[in-house]
Amino acid sequence: MSISRTFTGDLAVLPTHAFGARSLTWWGVIAYMLIEGGGFAVAGGAYFYLMSQESVWPPASYPPDLLPGALFTLIILLSEIPNTLLKKAAEAEQREQAIRWIVTLDLIGLVLLVIRGFEFAHINVRWSDNAYGSILWALLILHTIHILTDWAESVVLTALMMTEHGKEPRRFVDVSEDALYWRFVWITWLPIFALLYLVPRFV
Amino acid sequence: MTASDHSEDEPRDGPELDGDELDLVLSQTWGDKPGLWGWLCTVDHKKVGKRYIVTAMIFMALGGVLALMMRLQLARPDSGLISADRYNQIFTMHGTTMMFLFAVPVMEAFGVYLVPLMVGTRAISFPRLNAFSYWLYLAGGVMLWIAFVRDVGPDIGWFAYTPLSGPAYSPGKRADFWAQMITFTEVAALAVAVELVATILKQRAPGMRLDRIPLFVWSMLVTAFMVIFSMPAVTLASSFLLSDRLVGTQFYNGTEGGSALLWQHLFWFFGHPEVYIIFLPGLGFVSAITETFCKRPIFAYPVMVAALVTTGLLAFGLWVHHMFATGLPRLGYAFFTAASMSIAVPSGVQIFCWIATIWDSRPRLEIPMWWVIGFIITFVIGGLTGVMVASVPLDLELHDTYFVVAHFHYTLIGGAVFPLLGAITYWFPKITGRMMGRPLGIAAFVLVFFGFHLTFMTMHFTGLMGMPRRVYTYPAGLGWDALNMTSTIGAFILASGVLVFVVNIIWSLRRGVPAGDNPWGAASLEWATTSPPRPYNFAHIPAVTSHTPLWEETLPVFSGLRVKERELVLTTVVDAVPDLRDPSPRPSIWPLLSALATTGMFIWSIFSPWALVWGAIPIAIAMTLWFWPKEPPEPEKEPVIE
Repeated sequence: MSISRTFTGDLAVLPTHAFGARSLTWWGVIAYMLIEGGGFAVAGGAYFYLMSQESVWPPASYPPDLLPGALFTLIILLSEIPNTLLKKAAEAEQREQAIRWIVTLDLIGLVLLVIRGFEFAHINVRWSDNAYGSILWALLILHTIHILTDWAESVVLTALMMTEHGKEPRRFVDVSEDALYWRFVWITWLPIFALLYLVPRFV
Repeated sequence: MTASDHSEDEPRDGPELDGDELDLVLSQTWGDKPGLWGWLCTVDHKKVGKRYIVTAMIFMALGGVLALMMRLQLARPDSGLISADRYNQIFTMHGTTMMFLFAVPVMEAFGVYLVPLMVGTRAISFPRLNAFSYWLYLAGGVMLWIAFVRDVGPDIGWFAYTPLSGPAYSPGKRADFWAQMITFTEVAALAVAVELVATILKQRAPGMRLDRIPLFVWSMLVTAFMVIFSMPAVTLASSFLLSDRLVGTQFYNGTEGGSALLWQHLFWFFGHPEVYIIFLPGLGFVSAITETFCKRPIFAYPVMVAALVTTGLLAFGLWVHHMFATGLPRLGYAFFTAASMSIAVPSGVQIFCWIATIWDSRPRLEIPMWWVIGFIITFVIGGLTGVMVASVPLDLELHDTYFVVAHFHYTLIGGAVFPLLGAITYWFPKITGRMMGRPLGIAAFVLVFFGFHLTFMTMHFTGLMGMPRRVYTYPAGLGWDALNMTSTIGAFILASGVLVFVVNIIWSLRRGVPAGDNPWGAASLEWATTSPPRPYNFAHIPAVTSHTPLWEETLPVFSGLRVKERELVLTTVVDAVPDLRDPSPRPSIWPLLSALATTGMFIWSIFSPWALVWGAIPIAIAMTLWFWPKEPPEPEKEPVIE
């Protein structure tokens, strides 16, 4: 190097893992939330644009039946309880607790996917009937992809936690970010629930 | 386990481990295996960045050949050189290739290569995602070009308006290949954007506070956020289009409650920011080059940063100005005209800051600086015609004519390609270790600059004379003949300049003067390491004390990163205080295999919706293996990512 160089400090003293905004994973998860949240927002915009083209909404059918959607919403809201406990256990680096709650969430995820099946069955419109049907199916499929991918990721993480790799401190960072992402999944569900079930009923 | 495996005893860089000895260890840790396997598995941001750059430049050459074919066809009236159908494919492929396969990827590619070096870190964040994004981009581009060569190329224009692109008017699979190319390139671009945001916010060298970030890095940060906010719209739009075409949804079908204008809104909500996504990195190039050759910091650095951020924000309020001709409420016209004109303000501010920087110094007229001057002249003209078409009455007159073609080539070639060619000349010595030749560099600049203005200045008049864009031929006697011939001659001069530029690159790779670490006497950190940089970028992590660290008397460094594992330092977002040592992933074949699985699903889903179900399984398997640790963990040992 052409200019002179002096050592000004030592990095060896720094820790090797941390939770939340101090970790790189957190920033990756947040950035993907922005992308996917943006996708949901644009889909919501398309919904209202299509709604503005119609004089009645829904144009020629009944709104989706409320029961499966309401049940799904109730359970996904309640899932935040084990999710918070999971996040706390991960950040306290308590492996057994973390495994207990992540398994609980895996099971809740399965239940949610089954109820989601009923939601599709009770949507009361085909995607090909009209643009109303198309956007409803699109919103529901978009959200289902999030439930599915997060569920698959959680299952892999559960398996990982049960092996020797589950003892590594960084694994707890992964679990903590996974719990953060689940919050995103259920929070984005609420406006989609409103678009699917409430707007066609009450607006 | 031996004692040396304990973290306290692990070798670290520092005064005791320095020079050739350190280089040997770090090269072992950060280098790739030799041969094809190492080539396929690499996650080195410099190798991936170079691949991105070279691939994007090849696509630019292909898009340029298409442009020349169009110019040959239009050189004379009633030309029968190219059929109408083929011509439709050619202009669609030209625009699509230039926008999606060249301009955005090449800018992100420079970010991938340069940003980690400029912020003084050992690697990009999420390097495997980076490798994955490159393979996906490559697959999408190759897919589109294979389709084109086999006469299934899109023929619907680069913005693919419905209903033309819908199932009723575009039977066959041409439009589907276009729409799926969008999915490929947007997934790739979004991945790179995430990496750049995380790298810039968390991996800056200690002391590189927000107000000490090089302007190019600022421009990439704003660009990355624009990608994050704009690209979901086009991905959604093209998915809707695919499903209209494949499974009979009605998003864009006006007779079933859909709307063709919904496409235009979704597309331009992405498409207008897209222009700035291409051109903000160009501004970053200009700032870097101007600073170096004027040998002084850019005038009014905080104003420059504010202008970049303002441009990024305003870019999201302009999209409707592409739709003036569709009919809008009066208030809509007024709002989007005002917004479109207001974006001239931050652009103008930056131009004045560069001029002030040049004014207040004795600029050295090296080749990159020529490109900067060419940029300022050309971009100002393009900006002025932009203000013209921002006003509704003029826009309605000029819409869909060659005037618009002239305008956006002035902004995109003048605003992005000229800075890009300057940037290639400027960073070529860092990337390759050799300088680019000066005589051929001057020749390339002169040919490109004058060829460009001959081609596109003329098109303003062709457009004012009423020639619509995208016509495959025209009758004689409309007053367009000489103008078109002039543009064609200009285009070939421009192309010969690009050819000279490429010849210069090839010549310089073999015969160029060896460059040394910092041949231009520049101020930013990428010049503090060897040319080309070693796989680990920096022997010791630099400590930054000013906005122009290499113009200080000394460059202090930190010791203490482990050298037998891939390790880098994370710093705090605002003040860049050292916070964590973080492991960086080792090379892996799984990003490539995941990209192949994803490619399989994307292409399959052009033909069957079931691809989304069955095609997802190999992706899930590949990605699980990507993340699964490969070796049993050792207790007490510090983290690694295998």
